[in-house]
Amino acid sequence: MAAPRAASRSVVAMRDAGSDPPALIVADPGAERDRLAAELSLLGFPSIVRTSGSPWHDVAAWVALVVVLDDLETAARRVEQARSAPGFEPVPLLWLVRPDAFAHVPDLDGSDDFIGVPYAVAELGVRLRRLRRRSGHDDPDLIHRGPLAMNVATYHVTLLDRTLDLTFMEFELLKLLVRSPGRVFTRDEILARVWGYDYFGGMRTVDVHIRRVRSKLGQDHAWLIETVRSVGYRFAQVHP
Amino acid sequence: MARDDDQRTFVLRTVEEREIRFVRLWFTDVLGFLKSFSIPAQELPEALEEGVGFDGSAIDGFARVQEADMIARPDASTFQVLPWRPDVPGVARMFCDIHTPDGPPFAGDPRLVLRRVVSRAADLGFSFYVGPEIEFFLFDGPTDPKPLDVGSYFDLTPLDIGSDFRQRAITYLEEFGIPVKDSHHEVAASQHEIDLRHTDAIAMSDAIMTCRLVVKEVARELGVYATFMPKPIQGAFGSGMHTHVSLFEGDRNAFFDPTGEHSLSKVARCFIAGLLRHARAITAITNQWTNSYKRLVPGYEAPVHVGWGARNRSALIRVPLTKPHKEAACRIEYRAPDPACNPYLSFALILAAGLDGIEREDEPPPEMTDDVWSMGDAERIGRGIPVLPESLPEALVEMGSSELVREVLGEHLFEWFIANKRAEWDEYRTYVTGLELERNLPRL
Repeated sequence: MAAPRAASRSVVAMRDAGSDPPALIVADPGAERDRLAAELSLLGFPSIVRTSGSPWHDVAAWVALVVVLDDLETAARRVEQARSAPGFEPVPLLWLVRPDAFAHVPDLDGSDDFIGVPYAVAELGVRLRRLRRRSGHDDPDLIHRGPLAMNVATYHVTLLDRTLDLTFMEFELLKLLVRSPGRVFTRDEILARVWGYDYFGGMRTVDVHIRRVRSKLGQDHAWLIETVRSVGYRFAQVHP
Repeated sequence: MARDDDQRTFVLRTVEEREIRFVRLWFTDVLGFLKSFSIPAQELPEALEEGVGFDGSAIDGFARVQEADMIARPDASTFQVLPWRPDVPGVARMFCDIHTPDGPPFAGDPRLVLRRVVSRAADLGFSFYVGPEIEFFLFDGPTDPKPLDVGSYFDLTPLDIGSDFRQRAITYLEEFGIPVKDSHHEVAASQHEIDLRHTDAIAMSDAIMTCRLVVKEVARELGVYATFMPKPIQGAFGSGMHTHVSLFEGDRNAFFDPTGEHSLSKVARCFIAGLLRHARAITAITNQWTNSYKRLVPGYEAPVHVGWGARNRSALIRVPLTKPHKEAACRIEYRAPDPACNPYLSFALILAAGLDGIEREDEPPPEMTDDVWSMGDAERIGRGIPVLPESLPEALVEMGSSELVREVLGEHLFEWFIANKRAEWDEYRTYVTGLELERNLPRL
């Protein structure tokens, strides 16, 4: 069961429609950067940008494209700094470098990749899709939210590196919330969708199960499920 | 039901995914002891479909020899991987309902007794919520009740193992999905308390059975011994299981009425009245050991008198007023039970007694506002305040004449329980105690 481990490899991956995190472009301002953003958009990957000197480890993204046109050493150092920043969960990196700098490309993690500049847009697309697949983001059964990963096919749930043993109703409840982070579900709605309309016991059932799930998430992560006073519950917008 | 199938799929898939090799099937005997047997994971599909046969004749209160065969049907909703087992291969547990080989539920199964009353409450539109405060002692071993520390109420005692103990126990409980409300050192030396967050009565009974096991398990891990014996130390506080109860009608707390006295509704008042009416009759179940009655004595904050009050801490039923205007917090606290009771049967009877009060539209007696402790017997009797049974046989006599208890427990269980407990009393009353020897031998 390798798949849920992928959770630790993403800054945050909100994969479901409408909440996909963008790709991150790390590059100095200029025509090069603008063109890359436009190409990504064409390929269907929304993106955000950061200049290479500014911190980017706190940006929610599923991949970082690091564009280096001259000083590879400085760039590598910055990436290293970002990677060792507290709270950083590694995202796959795609280095965009001049062919004559290939020899200086830093040690690549298994999930990283690089491409020579200039490049064919089609190749860029292929490489991005490969990274995406490899990082587990394309598995439709896998939901990642920050430290939490749920596999809805195998019912395997992990929190960081720990397996969470949920009961069936706890699993169904968490799945409902996790699928739409930030969206508030009323108790009524939760009861109907998880337990079914004919369930007797009322909405206390929901509160009680929320408490059980929170208790399994443990004190450090109970905040992942937020109470919206006198309305209901929602899964936290994990990042940033 | 589709949901049941989903639950089974979930269990089977999890067993595969988590490499569970054995599943423990848990159930509770009449006296509240947890029983368990293991099946290999590959037998689980069939077990979920048809249940697993076992010999019930060896289980206290289950069956006579000629009807020894029983079927344990695992309740898939209670599937849980055991937190203290090494990760792989894992061990999981499920609570079971007990059936007879012909199919119908077995009348001696405590879980069934509680299910019946809970579904009667449901017919009246109520769901029943319970939150217990479980007290216990930690000792060196099971033979000598010598305290491990000299801590007291709320003490943080750096030198004792109590803090480690409670922390580890809470972690396990959380992994079991049993939320803990609070945990602290109790009044007596070496005494601890774990309060569970309220939930429905069946899940709570399962949780209490699990909690007792967790406490014993953690004690074993730390090289000490945990006991739920109601009064292990002469002259010290005993261990109780104060039980907070409330009824909900859908989303509404049926006990709450902001205009009522102490924010109590008519339903709450009737429930209190019913519980007081039957208190003496249900004591044999909530306090089922000869030793239980050594806790129910004056002077140690245990209830003795059958009365209720908001501020009166000696009352049998207390109305906690910490958040008087908060609907969700509105509840009553029944203070008689001890942690060595059978929670299924105890909650079934507490609920049935309360429902009886609601159906009769009983009014409770006036609130006990004075401290009854300071009253002389004459004044107390003059005010018509009864006392709880002072001994197991007295409680059994009360129980024996109670139609309510007979109906709730069912004939089989009712008769078995009384016979079993009379035998316990006979054994006890023929025993010459150290106290008698100490007092009598030099003089008589």
